[in-house]
Amino acid sequence: MSTTSSFGENALVLTENQVDPDPKTSTTPQAPRRRIKRKTWQTAIWFVVLITITAVVLYPLVWLLFSTFKPNSEFGSNMGLLPNAPTLDNYTKVFEGIAGVPMWRFFLNSFIIAAGSVIGVLLSSSLAAYAFARIHFKGLSVLFAAMIGTLLLPFHVVIIPQYIIFQRLDMIDTFWPLLLPKFLATEAFFVFLLVQFIRQMPRDMDEAARIDGAGHMRIFWSIILPLIKPALITCSIFAFIWAWNDFLGPLLYLTSPENYPLPVALRLYNDQTSVSDYGATVTASFIALIPILLFFLVFQRFLVDGVATQGLKG
Amino acid sequence: MSTTATRVIVTGEKSSRRSVFRKSRPERADRPGMRQRATRETLMGYGFLVPWLIGFFGLTLIPMAYSLYLSFTSYNIFSPPKWIGLDNYVRMFTTDPAFMQSAQITLIYVLVGTPIMLGAALGVAMLLNYRSHGGGFFRSAFYAPSLIGGSVSVAIVWRAMFASDGPVDDGLSAIGIDLGGWVGNPALVLPMMILLAVWMFGATMVIFLAGLKQIPRELYEAAEMDGAGAWHRFRAVTLPMLSPVIFFNLLLGLIGAFQVFTAAYIISNGTGGPAGMTNFITLYLYKRGFSDGQMGYAAAIAWVLLIVVAIIAFILFRTQRSWVHYAGDNR
Repeated sequence: MSTTSSFGENALVLTENQVDPDPKTSTTPQAPRRRIKRKTWQTAIWFVVLITITAVVLYPLVWLLFSTFKPNSEFGSNMGLLPNAPTLDNYTKVFEGIAGVPMWRFFLNSFIIAAGSVIGVLLSSSLAAYAFARIHFKGLSVLFAAMIGTLLLPFHVVIIPQYIIFQRLDMIDTFWPLLLPKFLATEAFFVFLLVQFIRQMPRDMDEAARIDGAGHMRIFWSIILPLIKPALITCSIFAFIWAWNDFLGPLLYLTSPENYPLPVALRLYNDQTSVSDYGATVTASFIALIPILLFFLVFQRFLVDGVATQGLKG
Repeated sequence: MSTTATRVIVTGEKSSRRSVFRKSRPERADRPGMRQRATRETLMGYGFLVPWLIGFFGLTLIPMAYSLYLSFTSYNIFSPPKWIGLDNYVRMFTTDPAFMQSAQITLIYVLVGTPIMLGAALGVAMLLNYRSHGGGFFRSAFYAPSLIGGSVSVAIVWRAMFASDGPVDDGLSAIGIDLGGWVGNPALVLPMMILLAVWMFGATMVIFLAGLKQIPRELYEAAEMDGAGAWHRFRAVTLPMLSPVIFFNLLLGLIGAFQVFTAAYIISNGTGGPAGMTNFITLYLYKRGFSDGQMGYAAAIAWVLLIVVAIIAFILFRTQRSWVHYAGDNR
């Protein structure tokens, strides 16, 4: 139920097989000195341009970090980067929580939803992907096309009937409406990603196992799953981050504050405190981002190096 | 066992009719066994797919059909739906100016924002690709916003950044452009939303970069030998070689942009203001369905959204032949 998806969430994953072309081959042997001098200048300009872009792109995040140390009185008067009188008041205030619910509770709720989503996505998507990639069954092509179709389907078309379903099942104000779809592989992105990954794996090992009498369950569990570990890690990271960021799902289904995950809890700050408690709002926003930023720093390689398009491969 | 026996007979009958082929294919001999294996494969296939099938039918396909039905009814979740035919659709396009405005700003956002975002992504990707080393840090730094850009936190930051006397306003005033706050200004709030979308160019850029790295260097060298300048090389080599990636990013970018919700909700406190300028179609659908309890009407809006997205995808796929060049295609 990753609904937010503006642009950009749609990166698909590929193993890192981009060849870095050797820069030396591109420079011709003639006039090496002039070439090199020109190169140095170009490199310098290149760095300056990129550093400028980096500064612009990262400014909002740096601003957010510094703002968490600003006392409330500075909001509105000092919107620059550095606080005049740095303080930790915002943090103590935020940890007390809001609407009678302590901060750790929102954190815990977010964590349960995100971790549950990861488990659900891994189980259901890998099973479905194995079937699509390795089993030849009647109806395969029709169902595969249907799965690709749901990849392009705007999620909002089903929110009303889904809401009615979960309401009838008496699941409003529980985590089930947020978790159940993950256990049923409704996010086609993950299924598709794993299908592509499994298809790249050589079939020799499955065939050898089959000759030895192994069935699909066995091949799936002992051969395919270990082979696709990198893709499973990428899926886990995305599943975690999307569930962590998801706003519409919890907004629809969770009604009592003690069940709120962080994004909906942030809305409480946002609504209640238009001017008066700006510091707490900004600080709570920052705290909600910390796990994702940590994830990003730790798993950068899986996220960025691994992210490229399957569209490239055809 | 009995089913296997029946199968043998059936296969026997069938193959006797085509006995000419039978001789030329010795493996026909184990056909019953293979049949059985095929059945087992099919059973296994569906077995693995059980969760996905439940999700696909129970949470996607049947709900879609149900929401199509609801779109012809008047329904608040408490009393049963009442059939009203096309009234919801007629209302949308004739007596509901809020819907028309919502559709309009959504289209502007999607059709202006996505190309700008793609352009930024391609530009930065080419810049990074200009040198083959040393871009790793920048690539990661630019990627980060697309990971968090859809979150409530970033929407709150964005609103603060573009508020009156916020960092953006201050910065622009310093160079003599006095626009005031963007958040409360109906003329500037949509550009502000588009800037947020553009800010999240990183994931798209990474995909472009991977595509650029796969363009064979010889093509550029050949073009350079023919005396092609930088712009001409871009038009004649980069764009056609990259067109499958552009197509992919454009398709997913457009579809994703239609679904923008969180930022609009947070920035406008759920109202879609100022003057309805952040009332994107998904937010309008949410308000109608869940705040006003007009679920039939909201279902109709959802179906209009689906049809528009389908039309755009269809147009893209149809025009694909004329501008997307796949490798091995001699055009």
